Amino acid sequence: MLGRLDWSAIPLDQPIPLIAAGIVLLTALALLGLFTVKGWWPYLWNEWITSVDHKRIGVMYVMLAFVMLMRGFVDAIMMRTQLAMAANGAQGYLPPEHYNQIFSAHGTIMIFFVAMTFMVGLMNFAVPLQLGVRDVAFPVLNSVSFWLTAGGVLLINLSLVIGEFAKTGWLVYPPLSELTYSPGVGVDYYLWALQISGLGTLLSGINLTATILKLRAPGMGYMRMPIFCWTALASNLLIIAAFPILTATFAMLLLDRYLGFHFFTNDLGGNAMMYVNLIWAWGHPEVYILILPAFGVFSEVIATFSRKSLFGYRSMVAATMAICVLSFLVWLHHFFTMGAGADVNAFFGIMTMIIAIPTGVKIFNWLFTLYGGRIHFGLPLYWALGFMVTFVIGGMSGVLLAIPPVDFNLHNSLFLVAHFHNVIIGGVLFGAFSGYNYWFPKAFGFKLNEPLGKAAFWCWFVGFYLAFMPLYLLGLMGATRRMQHYDDPTWQPLMIIALGGAVLILLGIVFTILQLVVSIRNRDQNLDETGDPWNGRTLEWSTVSPPPAWNYAVLPKVTSLDAFWKTKQDGDSHDRSEPVEAIEVPQNTMLGITLSFFAVIMGFAMIWHIWWMAIFGGLGLVVACLIYAWRTSTETEISAHDLTASGVLRA
Amino acid sequence: MADTSGSQSNNGAKAPGEHGKGKAAIKSYVAGLTLAFLLTMASFWAAQTDLVYAPAVPVLLAALAIGQMGVHLVFFLHISSGPEDTNNVLALAFGVFVVGLVVLGSMMIIHNLNVNMMPTAHPMDMG
Amino acid sequence: MSDASATGHETKIPLSERGPASKEMVVRFGFWLFLLSDIVVFAGLFAAYAVLSKSTAGGPTGPELFSRTHTFIETTSLLLSSFTCGLMTVGVEIRQRMLIYLSALGTFVLGIGFLGLELSEFIDLVARGAGPTHSAFLSAFFALVATHGLHVTAGLLWLIVMMVQVATLGLRDMVVRRLFCFSLFWHALDIVWVGVFTIVYLGAS
Repeated sequence: MLGRLDWSAIPLDQPIPLIAAGIVLLTALALLGLFTVKGWWPYLWNEWITSVDHKRIGVMYVMLAFVMLMRGFVDAIMMRTQLAMAANGAQGYLPPEHYNQIFSAHGTIMIFFVAMTFMVGLMNFAVPLQLGVRDVAFPVLNSVSFWLTAGGVLLINLSLVIGEFAKTGWLVYPPLSELTYSPGVGVDYYLWALQISGLGTLLSGINLTATILKLRAPGMGYMRMPIFCWTALASNLLIIAAFPILTATFAMLLLDRYLGFHFFTNDLGGNAMMYVNLIWAWGHPEVYILILPAFGVFSEVIATFSRKSLFGYRSMVAATMAICVLSFLVWLHHFFTMGAGADVNAFFGIMTMIIAIPTGVKIFNWLFTLYGGRIHFGLPLYWALGFMVTFVIGGMSGVLLAIPPVDFNLHNSLFLVAHFHNVIIGGVLFGAFSGYNYWFPKAFGFKLNEPLGKAAFWCWFVGFYLAFMPLYLLGLMGATRRMQHYDDPTWQPLMIIALGGAVLILLGIVFTILQLVVSIRNRDQNLDETGDPWNGRTLEWSTVSPPPAWNYAVLPKVTSLDAFWKTKQDGDSHDRSEPVEAIEVPQNTMLGITLSFFAVIMGFAMIWHIWWMAIFGGLGLVVACLIYAWRTSTETEISAHDLTASGVLRA
Repeated sequence: MADTSGSQSNNGAKAPGEHGKGKAAIKSYVAGLTLAFLLTMASFWAAQTDLVYAPAVPVLLAALAIGQMGVHLVFFLHISSGPEDTNNVLALAFGVFVVGLVVLGSMMIIHNLNVNMMPTAHPMDMG
Repeated sequence: MSDASATGHETKIPLSERGPASKEMVVRFGFWLFLLSDIVVFAGLFAAYAVLSKSTAGGPTGPELFSRTHTFIETTSLLLSSFTCGLMTVGVEIRQRMLIYLSALGTFVLGIGFLGLELSEFIDLVARGAGPTHSAFLSAFFALVATHGLHVTAGLLWLIVMMVQVATLGLRDMVVRRLFCFSLFWHALDIVWVGVFTIVYLGAS
């Protein structure tokens, strides 16, 4: 009746997961109770849950990212604590079975549900505003994408409470992830959660690509597009091209696990190396999907806070598109040690070094933008400057690892762990925080508290170095990744320093939360009255903060790059004679949350082998789509009178 | 009812699959069907004939397959090389690039790995 | 920025500067992007097939299992269905409902024929002890060909829904857009099939 689900799935005998699950459940119930008592459900349903407004959806993505950052970070500090303790015979407090789930969950959550979600959120929020249009190409699909991602998040978090998570690492390599060696539900939770959210991501990639290529304000040719939109384009093209590989590979593993196929098994001709090859053919473009939007944020922030146009816009565009193509030509560097010949390894090693060149071009362009500018040290710029130092170090350790014989020594050591955290935290996360601080006033109408934000930055910055520089040393000393304990006592001091760094980062997170809470409390003192708190250059700063649902009553006519800056230089001569006409805005829909609901039911049922429930979930998906297909009233008209009377009329 | 004819209503760009009305369109489909059918027959013939140098058969089959796909793209999907179609062509080119990389790249890499990592004649006892 | 209507001259504004494209353009381009992503999924399955096609684990190989005649009939059915689908889009362009219904029926019948043949092949293979669980080669074969077959099935279900939409909602913009997306999908499936029959069935030597 309930497949393989029974009471033993709840971790009553394991205190740590039980307590964690308990905290999560209580917090969730408390929140739901609060919403009910305060009567917020109608507002939440109408303004957020069923919204198809890209700005709302972008904010929800970022909120999801912050929540998952907490979860992923708890995993991190648990690991650091364990390693600070478990030297030379001491076993620490986390048994291996549990430790393995923690590092697997940490990686999965941080990459898929923090980094991806944050970047997609920022792109969702900013791109249509920067392009001078009203919304993305497919607003309803946008809502579906977000809710499918949230569904994946729910499934991952359910694994904490009911059942277990994968113990295989964040990429679930076979043969360990095959049924023979992982018979439990952990790998299935991983696979189904990521197939569901992966679909959401793919649809989002299609949406944003179509938006950037087909929906821009009149006059905005490609070379007048903000640089953030170029990096968003490259990132979303990569999503379209790479995520299907992930879908196919996970599907093959699912076929192995559910139907007894032999793609990657040890017997009957399966080839586990093919999994590694395919998963990294996705995996390498994935890291560029993450970093390109961050590069875009830095380009915007550095230009704005230098009060100078971005140096070398054309070369930036060329470098971005070069990275987009080159990112598909390096993936073997993730498995130099799997046994390919020297010629194949050498080719990919050289290609990996070549891809550092366009990135270097970007760094120099940013430096030349700063040079000679009238720099204002606003908070977003702190993150950008922190990025430049940190990412370059991480990039250099990457180029070092690109040399196959070096990699033979350092593959899967803590040196590698230090490298990728260096570039992901220094690049993606710093970019996320920079963009968050930069666009927050636009989204909510008031600025974030600066002193607390700076405190957060310094804790993150110093904390990062303390936490990860020791790992470079440890890797060179022979420490491997994913180890639950170690024998060499000389490693322990470095592990303890790393734990200190993690605690400092925790403080940084606390300051970030405090910054938000205090800013909300003091919002009336920090209102963004002009809509342009940073003296910005791009079109989003020409709207009020927050912009109305339709962004622009009349689409701006663009005549140059940095369109808003030009408008300000020309003395703000809006052509008020342009008649305001009625516009259509898309209606809200519950399709997104409905599809996510049935997808989660179907996923959960597949994981636990509750076949009737899986069919029910599948049918629900189909019926929901059919009902939606007959929806004939899809847009609401807002009359010219209402537009003018709303008082938010701008350019 | 939207006027879906021609490129004028769409800022000059073409929608994928867009074609003109009536006769010209039908001619395109008939031509495409005929060509594709001929190429298909040629493929089946090539796979079992002795008239072609045996090692060249895979190359011939690949060429015929590409030809058939091209016929579909041109006659059924109406992909052209004009400026109105640039977005569609570029997207297709990127897709083809990735497909080629994934298929050919995987084949080359796995072949290289298999050669270097082939199990010995006496498999180790793992038990 | 010179405006054609203001000056009276046909100043050639570059395509990229003419402002947002029409909904029809955007929907069909977006669907085109989706199709490209779907083709990458097939690329992954093709890659797996190419790599594993010789891993028969001592069991049956391709040449022993495949019938060229069978494949030829399948191929012809699908190709003809692409043609009838093209006719359907002509019917949509000129708003001729009878042409739409009849060519859709033709597409459907040919598609069902294709699926029937494919299903009979699968059943036969399993009966001969050559099901997907018997070797990596067979796993890859079934996954690739069945994924294509599932896409065809989904397409036929979509076609039924579209005909009901034409009957109940008429040829309004929304329905017309979806019909064109369907035809893109259907032609793309035939393109994938060219790859399948060439590499899997004819390539087996």
